[in-house]
Amino acid sequence: MAEPSPVLVMTGIRKTFPGVVALDGVDFRLFPGEVHALMGENGAGKSTLIKVLTGVYGVDEGEVLLEGRPVRFAGPLQAQQAGVSTVYQEVNLCPNLSVAENIFIGREPRRAGLIRWAQMRRAASALLRRLGLEVDASAPLSTYSLAIQQMVAIARAVDVSAKVLVLDEPTSSLDASEAAQLFTVVRRLQADGVAVLFVTHFLDQVYEIADRMTVLRNGRLIGEYRTAELSQRDLVTTMIGRELADLAGIEPGRPDAQAPRGEPVMRAQALGRDGAIAPFDLSIHPGEVIGLAGLLGSGRTELARLLFGADRADRGALQVDGRRVHLRSPRSAMARGVAFSSENRRTEGVIGDLTVRENIVLALQAARGWARPVPRRTQDELVGRYLTALRIQPADPEMPVRNLSGGNQQKVLLARWLITSPRLLIVDEPTRGIDVGAKAEIQRLVAELSGGGMAVIYISAELEEVLRLSHKIEVLRDRKLVAELDNDATVNADRIMQTIAGGAAS
Amino acid sequence: MIDVKAPPLPPKGGVPAARRRAYRPDRRHVPVLATLALLILMYVLGVANYDGFSDIQVLLNIGVDNAFLLVVAVGMTFVILTGGIDLSVGAVVALTTTVAATLLHAGWPSALVLPLVLLVGTTLGLGMGSVIHYFKVEPFIATLAGMFLARGISLLINRNSIPITDGFWTFMAQRRIRFGPGIFISTSVVVALAVVLTAALVLAYTRFGRTVYAIGGNADSALLMGLPVTRTRVGVYTISGFCSSLGGVLLSYYMLSGYSLHAQGMELDAIAAVVIGGTLLAGGSGYVLGTVLGVMVLGLIQTILTFQGTLSTWWTKIVIGILLFAFIVLQRLVTRKAR
Repeated sequence: MAEPSPVLVMTGIRKTFPGVVALDGVDFRLFPGEVHALMGENGAGKSTLIKVLTGVYGVDEGEVLLEGRPVRFAGPLQAQQAGVSTVYQEVNLCPNLSVAENIFIGREPRRAGLIRWAQMRRAASALLRRLGLEVDASAPLSTYSLAIQQMVAIARAVDVSAKVLVLDEPTSSLDASEAAQLFTVVRRLQADGVAVLFVTHFLDQVYEIADRMTVLRNGRLIGEYRTAELSQRDLVTTMIGRELADLAGIEPGRPDAQAPRGEPVMRAQALGRDGAIAPFDLSIHPGEVIGLAGLLGSGRTELARLLFGADRADRGALQVDGRRVHLRSPRSAMARGVAFSSENRRTEGVIGDLTVRENIVLALQAARGWARPVPRRTQDELVGRYLTALRIQPADPEMPVRNLSGGNQQKVLLARWLITSPRLLIVDEPTRGIDVGAKAEIQRLVAELSGGGMAVIYISAELEEVLRLSHKIEVLRDRKLVAELDNDATVNADRIMQTIAGGAAS
Repeated sequence: MIDVKAPPLPPKGGVPAARRRAYRPDRRHVPVLATLALLILMYVLGVANYDGFSDIQVLLNIGVDNAFLLVVAVGMTFVILTGGIDLSVGAVVALTTTVAATLLHAGWPSALVLPLVLLVGTTLGLGMGSVIHYFKVEPFIATLAGMFLARGISLLINRNSIPITDGFWTFMAQRRIRFGPGIFISTSVVVALAVVLTAALVLAYTRFGRTVYAIGGNADSALLMGLPVTRTRVGVYTISGFCSSLGGVLLSYYMLSGYSLHAQGMELDAIAAVVIGGTLLAGGSGYVLGTVLGVMVLGLIQTILTFQGTLSTWWTKIVIGILLFAFIVLQRLVTRKAR
């Protein structure tokens, strides 16, 4: 298309925080009707740029032009009124209210001060239909999946103001088909001339939806590219600013196809829990990595929770080291050398207000029992060792975990479990929502641990990751373990996808 | 927020058709319907067991004897819908009766006393709401402080019961609105019904009301959606304060006295009525109608005990306790399905 004038131009944006230059002379432009991806590792300045745009932060230098006029918003609300709406990673709506209300609350059609419900419902239905969503506008939002909720959030955002739509990691909690659904909506908006600024960690999604991208690194602008003209590999190189050498160590492929043999650490026979996961068989050996593949909600986490005693199995048997056990609680699993790092980093994982040190010693302390505190010197020594080993940044044991980036929080979580020297480590989506570099480090760590004889169960929605790390891949579908694949030459992402799709396709 | 372990939400993937909920009641209505069923059951049991229970006046008397509680509970409903709590209501009721009786006793005209005492509660509510919002104090703590303060002030004013002989007060107390021979309600019932209707209208049809629900659903989201969270949150405590002092006025009609030890534990009755009426303690879900039913359940328990004659009053408390447990468990079940 002939380039029209951009709807949004940011020039020479500079923003500093005490001791840090978060943005250093960044330029950015956004055209109507385009989907523009903002790319960069954690800490590259993406969030800061968005917050500058939406008025959460002021700028030290630089100018923001919206439709040619300089603007400086006092906050998201003012930005929204001027035409810049944001949809965040977490659905910022009220689950208890109806879909229609979530779209219109605060702007309801009224007569004599009273809300006109029927009119509001009709308007909401019309809007949703225009976006291609068949949703009952009068049903409570909580009856719909996260994906639909996210789209309702988008509907609200574009209805409030439809010039610039900022999507801040909207897909990080969605599975592939849900993300695809969301993209359908985005494309419609794009066709309507809305300018979409899209932030995500999923490279595939960028290539699926974005026309153009701007890459930031360490607060500086690296460049603006057309998606079609920059390969995925080059993009990663651009983002991390070094060759993929770091990744190369693990990238080429699968670990030794030879899965370790011998006495299994853990063995499940027809283990299951009604409504959570159908009975399954599974055995895992020392030094083995088992990947769990499947869509979100396919039962991956449920399976893991049974092995960790977080949920109780109501059928089947579980053996640890050949001896039959009943896991009644995570404590009893921990006592047998099982560790589980949850996918919900924020709610079930790190405790934000505690320091890095306190977070790390938590599991060890729990394993010892509260009556025997871990001596401070031991704590410092252990924590220091893991800070270095996992390259946790900043390496300050007394910093509240809240202040760390997502990737580093994940490492703290891993450290917490590693410190208990588990023999079986279950990690659930350890790399979700963290940047490429940290991702590679966590993957390498898992490979090292299994090399050292630890058994690992690795859960991830990213097939490449599962393929790269696992000796064996267990495929789940609809809360059932449907296949066990030895990760040999015959296995690739395609085949796993087919297995996952399986019954649904035929 | 994001609970991946929740049971799969109905339409996943694809472009889902609206879920059919043909004859199943809306989940949000389940607790209210349960309360209604309970109320009917209790009434039927009462009629079956006791002579004269079917008398219309028995039902109307529940209104007459609980109008003040209803008004207080309506205010409490606003607060609980935002996910808060107001422990000060009983003490504010007592303070209102004490101040009213003292002023009337001193010869102040009732036309001045009435608005003044209403202002006392409203101001207290405004103060507590502001403390809760601006200083991010837990509602439990802030209103606990308010409770001690209000109760303390009324004890300071007078430790004894003060009779009210004012003309307007006695008129309001004795005036009966009759529908037939032996069938009547008091003026307080009319006031309470007006409060209920106004509250229901405000909650269902005004931006303020909907913001109350939004805050209860997710306060952070409400803020990000640009809703006036500050004004609304302070507003609900102000409303609760107003309702408490209005309840206090109604109680002073009913008792024709002001006493610093009136309405002891009424905050707990009010909370119980709201919860039994199906409002989620966590906020975001509930109806004023439910609160009306909740108050009626409490009233009916007392009526049944009166008819029974031999059971002691603590049975009221035991039954309320059991019902509270039952309803909180019901809420758990309903919300677990919902999330």
